[in-house]
Amino acid sequence: MHNKPFTPWLFLAPSFLGFVAFTLFPIVFSLVLAFCAWDLFRPPRWVGWENFQQLLGFTVREIPAINPMLGAVLFFVCLALAAGGMIRLRGFGRTAVIMALLVLAVVILLQAWEPVNERFWYYTANTFYLLLGLPISMACSLGLAVLLNQTIPGRNLFRLAFFLPSIVGGVGIYLLWKWIFNTEYGLINSVIAMVHPAGGPAWLESQAWAKNALIIMSVWATAGGANMVLYLAALQNVDPQLHEAACIDGAGKWRQFLSITWPMVSPTTAFILIMGVIGGFQGGFDAAYVMTRGGPAGATTTLSYFIYENGFRYFYMGRAAAASWILFVMVLGLTLANWKWMSNRINY
Amino acid sequence: MRPQTYKIIKVAGFLLLLAVAITMLYPLLWMLGTSVKTNDPAALLREGAGAGVFPSDRNILSNLFPPVWHWDNFAEVFRISPFARYYFNSALIALVVTAGQLVTSSLAAYAFGRLIFRGREKIFFLYLATLMVPASVTLIPLFIIMSKAGLVNSYFVLIVPPMFGAYGTFMLRQFFKGIPDELEEAACIDGCNALMRFIYVVLPLSAPALATLGIFTFLGNWQSFLYPLVMVSSDNLKTIPLGLLNFVDENSANWPLLMAASVWSILPVIGIFLFGQRFFVSGTRLGGVKG
Repeated sequence: MHNKPFTPWLFLAPSFLGFVAFTLFPIVFSLVLAFCAWDLFRPPRWVGWENFQQLLGFTVREIPAINPMLGAVLFFVCLALAAGGMIRLRGFGRTAVIMALLVLAVVILLQAWEPVNERFWYYTANTFYLLLGLPISMACSLGLAVLLNQTIPGRNLFRLAFFLPSIVGGVGIYLLWKWIFNTEYGLINSVIAMVHPAGGPAWLESQAWAKNALIIMSVWATAGGANMVLYLAALQNVDPQLHEAACIDGAGKWRQFLSITWPMVSPTTAFILIMGVIGGFQGGFDAAYVMTRGGPAGATTTLSYFIYENGFRYFYMGRAAAASWILFVMVLGLTLANWKWMSNRINY
Repeated sequence: MRPQTYKIIKVAGFLLLLAVAITMLYPLLWMLGTSVKTNDPAALLREGAGAGVFPSDRNILSNLFPPVWHWDNFAEVFRISPFARYYFNSALIALVVTAGQLVTSSLAAYAFGRLIFRGREKIFFLYLATLMVPASVTLIPLFIIMSKAGLVNSYFVLIVPPMFGAYGTFMLRQFFKGIPDELEEAACIDGCNALMRFIYVVLPLSAPALATLGIFTFLGNWQSFLYPLVMVSSDNLKTIPLGLLNFVDENSANWPLLMAASVWSILPVIGIFLFGQRFFVSGTRLGGVKG
């Protein structure tokens, strides 16, 4: 459309100013901060890679040549390469990165690996563990969508009922679930007690079960929400003739699901998986803060919680910034890996 | 397949859906049930253990609701804490932020989606690139900037930074791009400038997208927790999520009161949900997925 040269800038200005002030500038600031030590009271101090060494650094037993700094830098470079470069790298570069990661895996398996900050790795593992809720929730979403994708009485009421848990959220719902997971009088353990007199686990007070409790809650909250709606839309785009043809060829319901439905909704699966990993990997703070304060003994502390604690409880601003960049690189890596893996498996 | 088998599968599917629906809604009913129970020893003595949250048996059906509903819990919440203030803060912040987001995002989306200028694609790519950056990356420097500027603990910090969103801009741009050019060309011939075309042609056609963005921005801010937790410590500025947390610290095991406060916190959300259900289940907000 024809317009005067400055008109677009007038439209863009309010958003762009805010974007620069509250997004772009903080991002650049954070990048610098990651190489500083600053508690906000004394003036900031440039420390180079030390924050990254404090988090990612490790030594290898019996091999003194690898000092924590080298280990951290190596690891970070590998991670960044794996995140950003794997798609572009060909030949030797790719082999080198894969070999480095393999060697690291062997070192960890041989238990010769001695990290500088063990807690950081524990919290990283927690973050990955909590991602297990995603495939469970996606399976439920797809199952519900398949059931709803037929002429069934009260179909719209079902849709609303399933959607409600995903829309109510926040601290009020976390409090509700804290009450539901109560060991003595909670809803879940009351149900378990009706069939199994010995009673259920201590859920949020148990190091082994606290993460599972959070997963159960997240499945409840997400199974019937936007993901189910997306699956439903995808199912409605599947040509019924495909099913008819398969039926004539003698395929049963399960066979039809595997050979028609699942491949036809695979783009939706890819989209939900990628968005879910991005969101899930950064999340976990609100629920953990309200329900467990990251406990017991750090069992529900995720990376985002770790960043909050470092930044706003101990005022290690530099280390928190470094951790948030590590989180970013991990999310980027997972997303690109996901993307590549899925693009080979999307069927059309 | 024989028609009889088909019928059986259908009935089984219906029963399964019913079971799932009950499982989904039961926790919310449990919330309501707990909120009208009581912790008052005198009332417990009068009405039996079933009136409290620690009943003698563990039957989840008979324990769902107490014999006498203590609606007074809902008033008590306002009596023992500045809940009205929290409510006011949350509503004010969510409304103003939503209005601001709609204005800034739609203006920028119009520039990105329907106007031509140098550097458009580059700037838009910058917007997209920041969508991947975790909130914690920007939160730390933002806190430092605000605290050095003396702006923490103010309505400014709660309202102004969240008013700008790359996500809203992206979503609206996708929607604007789908509007046929002919409509704007016709308006152009009639002598409309860009602002008039934006107001009289593009915005009215985008009402569903704007409503969807508005609803989700409002809900996101109503439930926002980490951002105000970091930026605000004064009781006068706390929003409902922070107020609820206060409430937990002061009434730790008083589950009826805690649940009454929680019900208050989700009541507007349920209202919006019932009022705008078509925007939730249509999936417009996720635009651009072809499945």
